[in-house]
Amino acid sequence: MSTFLRVLALLVLLSLVGGAAFWLLTAPRPLSDDVFATLTGDAEAGEQVFWAGGCASCHAAPGAEGEERLILSGGRAFPSDFGIFHAPNITPSEAGIGGWSVADLGNAMMKGVSPEGAHYYPAFPYTSYVRADPQDIADLHAFLVTLPASDTANLPHEVGFPFSVRRLLGGWKLLFFREDWVMDAPDPTVERGRYLAESLGHCSECHTPRNALGGLDKSRWLAGAPSPDGKGRVPNITPGGLDWSESDIASYLQTGFTPEFDSAGGEMAEVVQNLANLPAEDAAAIAAYLKSLPALP
Amino acid sequence: MTKLLSGLLAAGLCLAGAAQAQDAKAIQGAIKARQATMQLYAFNLGILGAMAKGDADYNADAATAAAGNLVKLSSQNQMAYWPEGSDNASAEGTKALPAIWEDMEGIVKASAALSDAAMAMESAAGTDLASLQGAMGALGGACGGCHKAYRASN
Repeated sequence: MSTFLRVLALLVLLSLVGGAAFWLLTAPRPLSDDVFATLTGDAEAGEQVFWAGGCASCHAAPGAEGEERLILSGGRAFPSDFGIFHAPNITPSEAGIGGWSVADLGNAMMKGVSPEGAHYYPAFPYTSYVRADPQDIADLHAFLVTLPASDTANLPHEVGFPFSVRRLLGGWKLLFFREDWVMDAPDPTVERGRYLAESLGHCSECHTPRNALGGLDKSRWLAGAPSPDGKGRVPNITPGGLDWSESDIASYLQTGFTPEFDSAGGEMAEVVQNLANLPAEDAAAIAAYLKSLPALP
Repeated sequence: MTKLLSGLLAAGLCLAGAAQAQDAKAIQGAIKARQATMQLYAFNLGILGAMAKGDADYNADAATAAAGNLVKLSSQNQMAYWPEGSDNASAEGTKALPAIWEDMEGIVKASAALSDAAMAMESAAGTDLASLQGAMGALGGACGGCHKAYRASN
């Protein structure tokens, strides 16, 4: 065999090995089936998970108010550096997530994997929901199936090559998708606050800056970030950026009033609308968690 | 003849300029009036909020008075506060979005929600602290109802 042919054979072999490694490494990894097998969902508890998770903020139709916020027909657009993502219909209908099992919902929310085994884009904050208690997922499932159905068709994401190749998200997950807690929780109140902030509430998805590939910069946890729509900044909510008292923060999260009695606008007005449905202790717990963070400038 | 024409033209331009300055002054006055209203809201909300948060002792009379002021503020006729051309794309010193002038139905609905929340607070404020605290959220929601849709974020 000539040297040329040897080199060619080696290259082919290497690319096959590389391709196989890529295929294996980027494969979607669902949770094991027995995680949800023994759980029974409770719709009433699920409503609390629903509000804590902020589902309506993205999945209700844009501009929906009042009871309309329970029709999760999707449609809201999320501009980003990688393209425009559109929130899908998650109502119990053919066009939505009708027929999904608890495990399907769990794999979507905690692993970013669809029932068909495809990766979701991390515009859907499974990167935070991964820390959720599986019982909360089961409860949420029980609540979601009680909500009104909608036939609104999903809009395809407007994402260019190479980001349009979903398989690449397997590599993104290897680099940036972690399920451990980011901060220590010294007492049960902070621990509850951490659960709400780092998992269901997914605060870091907007308040923590991202690197060039869209991974969160954990050294700047909740220290503020450019707004993804390019207009202005999302504030630093560590004690280095937010000097409000703990009761001021708790009150803001429940009522939307700042200590000066201005009121929340923009995205946070939606977040407050959601959190207003939770008990006062939960708002206080988030405030305690925020106060426990390292002060970053 | 040319001189006369250019003189007339110059005079006309001066008048137009003066009218424009007059308009700008009127618009700034309206912006100040509505911001003053917002400050009065904030001051009275501050009295209620301090009690709700436990930063001040609950006082039924003071709470009722503050809530009564909110009711009066929310029942002002604000037509003159919002002239055309006083949105944040046309005027300085305001975060009022042009959407306000394009969605009268939404504005009317949001104002009615604020009136309702203020009246609910008026009856809650004098009852007891727990009722006051309970009415705070709806009031915040009503303020947010306008600020979310019609005010530019920082």
